[in-house]
Amino acid sequence: MRAITLVLTLAVTAIASPGLHADEFTPEDLARWQAQFEGVVAEGRALWGDGKLGRNGVACGQCHPNAANTHPETYPKFQKQLGRVASLWEMINWCLRNPLEGEPLAADDPKMVALLAYATWERRGVKLEPGKH
Amino acid sequence: MSRQTRRSFLQGAGTAGAIATLPLSLVEVAFAKPGQNFTFAYISDSHIQHVEGSKFVRNWDRGLIRAVAEANLLQPRPDFVMYGGDLAQLGTKAELDHGADMLGSLRGKVHHVMGEHDYYLDLGEYWSKLFGPQWYSFDHKGVHFVVLNSILTYDEWTYERWPSAEQRMLEMAGLDNPNGSPFMVGDRQRAWLAKDLAKVAKSTPVVVFSHSPLQKIYKGWNFWTEDAEQVQQLLAPFDKVTVFYGHVHQIQYNQIGNISFTSAMATAWPWPYPETYAQAESHLPKLTVHMNRADPFFERDATGWQFIDVHTGRAATHYNLYNNKVRTVAFDAASGRPEDTAYQAPGARIAPQSHF
Ligand code: HEC
Ligand SMILES: [Fe+2]
Ligand SMILES: [Fe+2]
Repeated sequence: MRAITLVLTLAVTAIASPGLHADEFTPEDLARWQAQFEGVVAEGRALWGDGKLGRNGVACGQCHPNAANTHPETYPKFQKQLGRVASLWEMINWCLRNPLEGEPLAADDPKMVALLAYATWERRGVKLEPGKH
Repeated sequence: MSRQTRRSFLQGAGTAGAIATLPLSLVEVAFAKPGQNFTFAYISDSHIQHVEGSKFVRNWDRGLIRAVAEANLLQPRPDFVMYGGDLAQLGTKAELDHGADMLGSLRGKVHHVMGEHDYYLDLGEYWSKLFGPQWYSFDHKGVHFVVLNSILTYDEWTYERWPSAEQRMLEMAGLDNPNGSPFMVGDRQRAWLAKDLAKVAKSTPVVVFSHSPLQKIYKGWNFWTEDAEQVQQLLAPFDKVTVFYGHVHQIQYNQIGNISFTSAMATAWPWPYPETYAQAESHLPKLTVHMNRADPFFERDATGWQFIDVHTGRAATHYNLYNNKVRTVAFDAASGRPEDTAYQAPGARIAPQSHF
């Protein structure tokens, strides 16, 4: 019993000690994170118009201006042509492999993250409707 | 041209095996009053894109090859074919030559319209060598046809802003590129148009072809012509005016005063309607019954070409959609505007494809 109390006390002290406040963001933190996010969105926009993302010079933006018709708010959803519930990145890879005749990207590839960030940013404000067709 | 019956049409098409995709019953309408009516085919926006060496983007090649093959099957023959612009993607000789090669298999006379993708590399020089003047008019069976180059823009943008022709082309090629510049017909061509129309009787049906819509729909994607109202004013005195345009890669139609507007689909790829871009507002005409959403798993879906019959100086446009029913947008004398003959009333519309 005594030992447990001691451990608890130590734990509480550790959490409360100065410099370890996890929930107090400074304006500098927020500005930096926002800038990081915007940087990735900008990278995504650049990739969206980049004929070198695939292999035939075709770019996503040729068919999806401003990432229109990508409906990020509806994912994950059942994709009839795949016969299962799929995530947005899987449909990005579908278009990457087919109209762009390119190689698919890993879900956590920085390029994929940037493409996802851009498509979602252009759709900001639209109600989330996962599963919707 | 001799009177064609439905049966002789079927026989003509039957030999080639693409019957299901051809707008069979519609041919009869065009020839209901032989002599007065005629038809033409309208193909647009093939965006032939060079990869390297002798390689071109397969998908876009297939779109144009298919449209040409099907237009060649039309029986009775259309009087001519209009090509609506954006034959090339980046305006290079390789692309224009390859596109011209494929169009070369078309049976019959082809008239060309300039698109921005054909123009902004060398300002139309090579295109003009292949296809002739960038604006012109001709008369056909009592209809006055006018072709405009509507994709010009401000001189400063064209001549001074960009360090190279290649960059100028790339900047204009990106539909949603904020560095682009609004399209226009321009003073010089409008002066020519005024003069050209001065000798045409007001009762003569006038049909105008432009690449960009001669109406303002959505500036952000250049579904737009900066001096549209001024061009419309020149057309206002005529009883029957029809404007056909490409560029938008989707079905649109509208009526402004006496002018009926009808767009062309692309053979290359379809575009979403501007309304689908959540951060923008557009003026997309309320008359348009939208196309269904395209299936990304079928690359020709929502692409296609058009077959048009002109009777009593008004046009009916048959959209030859590959993965959907043929749609017909025809001038309706009762309402005085173009309407989808099957799907105009909301209750008559087929539900949008919902599985994509
Ligand atoms: C040849 C034209 C074309 C190109 C190029 C293209 N796509 Fe697509 N894509 C489509 C069409 C058509 C759809 C179906 C749109 C719909 O569902 O309304 C689609 C669907 C999608 C979807 C799923 C939308 C949904 O709701 O199901 C995503 C995500 C997507 N594309 C991303 C991309 C990305 C990223 C690229 C570039 C790597 C790209 N596309 C390139 C034509 C294209
Ligand atoms: Fe086009
Ligand atoms: Fe265009």
